[in-house]
Amino acid sequence: MSTDPILNLDNIHVDFPVGSDWRGRPKQYVHALNGIDLAVWKGETLGIVGESGCGKSTLAQVLMSLVRPTQGALRRRRPGESGAQTRMQIVFQDPQSSLNPRLPVWKVIAEPYYIESGRKASRSELMEAARKAATLVEIPPEYLSRFPHEFSGGQRQRIAIARALVSEPDLILLDEPTSALDISVQAQILNLLNELQKQRGLTYILISHNVAVVKHMSDRIAVMYLGQIVELGATAEVMKDPKHPYTRLLLESVPRLGVSIQDDEVSSNMELPSNRHLPAGCFFKDRCPLACEGCGKPQELKERPSSPGHLVRCHLKAD
Amino acid sequence: MTMPSSSILSIDKLSLEFPIYKGAVKALNGVDLEVSPGEIVGVVGESGSGKSVTSMTAMRLLIEGSFKVTAGSLTMLGTDIVKASEKTMLGLRGSQVAMIFQEPMTALNPTKRVGAQMVEVIRLHRRLEKREARAEAARLLKDMHIADPEQILRQYPFELSGGMRQRVLIALAFSCDPKLLIADEPTTALDVTVQRQVLLLLREKARQRNTAVLFITHDMAVVSQFCDRVYVMYGGSVVEDGPTAEVIAEPRHPYTRALLRALPDLVPPRTPIEAIPGTVPDMTHLPAGCTFASRCPQTGAPCGARPEPRPVGGSSLHHVACWSVQEEELRS
Repeated sequence: MSTDPILNLDNIHVDFPVGSDWRGRPKQYVHALNGIDLAVWKGETLGIVGESGCGKSTLAQVLMSLVRPTQGALRRRRPGESGAQTRMQIVFQDPQSSLNPRLPVWKVIAEPYYIESGRKASRSELMEAARKAATLVEIPPEYLSRFPHEFSGGQRQRIAIARALVSEPDLILLDEPTSALDISVQAQILNLLNELQKQRGLTYILISHNVAVVKHMSDRIAVMYLGQIVELGATAEVMKDPKHPYTRLLLESVPRLGVSIQDDEVSSNMELPSNRHLPAGCFFKDRCPLACEGCGKPQELKERPSSPGHLVRCHLKAD
Repeated sequence: MTMPSSSILSIDKLSLEFPIYKGAVKALNGVDLEVSPGEIVGVVGESGSGKSVTSMTAMRLLIEGSFKVTAGSLTMLGTDIVKASEKTMLGLRGSQVAMIFQEPMTALNPTKRVGAQMVEVIRLHRRLEKREARAEAARLLKDMHIADPEQILRQYPFELSGGMRQRVLIALAFSCDPKLLIADEPTTALDVTVQRQVLLLLREKARQRNTAVLFITHDMAVVSQFCDRVYVMYGGSVVEDGPTAEVIAEPRHPYTRALLRALPDLVPPRTPIEAIPGTVPDMTHLPAGCTFASRCPQTGAPCGARPEPRPVGGSSLHHVACWSVQEEELRS
């Protein structure tokens, strides 16, 4: 792992218009991403965690250029070569709906290769590429003429990974790669992803709501809240000593083996604020146990002087 | 926890299959399960292990005629559910036994306001005037720590967040003071912070009213947080059951052990996780013996026959259905 960025996000904002008045002008906006600054280093696994509605999936779409940011810039640069772009692929959450049910899996796997070749690759070349990729993910090559519905969930996710590998990307974006799978299958897929990264020097961006999975897989972790990164740092450091009050709340909520709920703990009502009307100042202040006067101002993501590389968006925890 | 003699739900060697063309899907193969009053019992297993079929059978929600009970019995609050008439079931469902489902959006009627739906359910089970029922609905929501119940009653389900919808359903489930609450993956669709709140609420209310809860989930960590006792299911039968802390700390069945080891929580980052080799058995052609034998690290000669759950570890509460564990017990 190095600190050469192969992907840079600079103050990315994404707003989606909602509804329109009689002249077709949007009535209001959903503020999905509100200023994301992020650099992805070559060879690392960057975990992104957050609750639903925090902008994880919008971020994935921006990264894959499926959504154009309203504001800000996305730079993909391959280190060493001038002008060459970082090659990216994505693995989606649900392998059932992300594989074309009408294509045999060798065609599913080889499709990115075909596009890369300028739609010129011959059938035998495609077959060969699919066979190579399938071997990497431990799908027996003799199964390649079958259709996606003939495979189990875990095998389908392996096929999705093979499809991502076939165009030889530098970076693979994993959008909740195991949340549709059973625990025993999840373990197989996580092992496979780790193995592939070691062999091929891949960079991963792992988006998940499962803190245990992100903790197991990532070198660095970014915690998102309401379209912003509130904490970013080395996984071990963030997990051991979370600084931002939201990160704390999130980590405390994760159920742990062998720790039972005490009968005297009472539930309180906690909801993510609406992203139609953003709160003024710190986005977390209404739920924050530490809220004070200084929280009325917008917060910046700042590096903590005592631990370089650990960034927190909270004025109380900045040092 | 001591086991009172009268149980709320008692399932005894229940086997159930769904007939299909030239065969049958053997969904349950001799399930033994017991829920005592006021107890929170977890059922954990992977997809296809039969945990949802068990809960659906208890409520008799499976489509009549699509299934066949081949052996065993299921008794709930003294009623034999397998033989009960639909009329008896209507008397039980909702008032004596309530159920919460995984997806709160599909459990609520999207075309009616929350208030109207709650009033409908409350008046179905209790003789109340409309106005009284609405006041009761507001009281129930308030009880769920919802700040502004009147506001929620006026809204449609789609206007509420997932956690709020689940709270409405929990309020409804508790509206008639049921003896048993069956919760089928109630927090799977929720975020962790909301999940925690919903679990806390569910536990608080169940303890207050001495309601027994049958909690179905695939998440071991949630079980260990929430349940007094746990049943681990695999291939349509219970492989291990016992007090939660004991089963989590000292799992005895090879499947429970493998399942716990497959969690990423317990291994150092980046090291390989011990995945369970192979796949779940084909439920139309189950092996004659132990259903886990083909994936099990410690198979032996007796695994050709189906093992029965037997007590282990000197306690009468911890049971394991595994020949090699039972052999170990005999030797020690």
